[in-house]
Amino acid sequence: MSALIDLNVSVQADDFDVGLELQRLRAATPQAGALVNFVGLVRELSAAGQLSEMVIEHYPGMTEKALQQIALQAAQRWPLLGVRMIHRVGRLPAQAQIVLVAATSLHRQAAFEACAFMMDYLKTEAPFWKKEVGDFGQHWVEARVSDEQAKQQWKLPK
Amino acid sequence: MNITILYFARIKEVVNYSSEDVELPDGIETIVALKSWLSGRGDTWQKLFSGGGVVRAAINHELVDDMATFEDGDEVAFFPPVTGG
Repeated sequence: MSALIDLNVSVQADDFDVGLELQRLRAATPQAGALVNFVGLVRELSAAGQLSEMVIEHYPGMTEKALQQIALQAAQRWPLLGVRMIHRVGRLPAQAQIVLVAATSLHRQAAFEACAFMMDYLKTEAPFWKKEVGDFGQHWVEARVSDEQAKQQWKLPK
Repeated sequence: MNITILYFARIKEVVNYSSEDVELPDGIETIVALKSWLSGRGDTWQKLFSGGGVVRAAINHELVDDMATFEDGDEVAFFPPVTGG
């Protein structure tokens, strides 16, 4: 049984204002006693060398549905009040914000765990692909086994 | 049957197009059968689907495994393991 009253998912080229997004989430879920968020950034230094930009491709239509499903799964598992997910696509310079995942709940544990869960699922199920461009040329980022393992840990009995 | 196939990321660059409408011979109705049928197009395709790299699939926007079946008019997509976040 989900307690979710606010769910908002966006896939966009534009940057986002974390403060403004969190303020909106708080306003939409005034009962909340906890607000947790994660922001993913473009690292300056990749394994291959100095990075000038990251190009993110996605599968329009499927991406939005996948993010929504991940948020709903989290809301089934923890008593979340609100969820906000934003993922950027296109060309992003080093240090740019890539992704925001935020959740509100009555108490902190639900929001903390749900944010980690949603990121682990987003990294392994949402159809985004990153290409790194830099002084080394350009290449597609390889999926990491550790990301898949991070997701699998949520399937173990507690 | 007729389906639309979409390709993304590295796979799109390898096959050199992003989408195509195809008419399939009778009996090709699972992802694994479709991969093997596409592999018949030549070396590039065969390497793609039977080489070392993993190729994921979706049917109508849902991630599926190789035994999943599709129907006339469906949208099938092939892509590498995802790397967002």
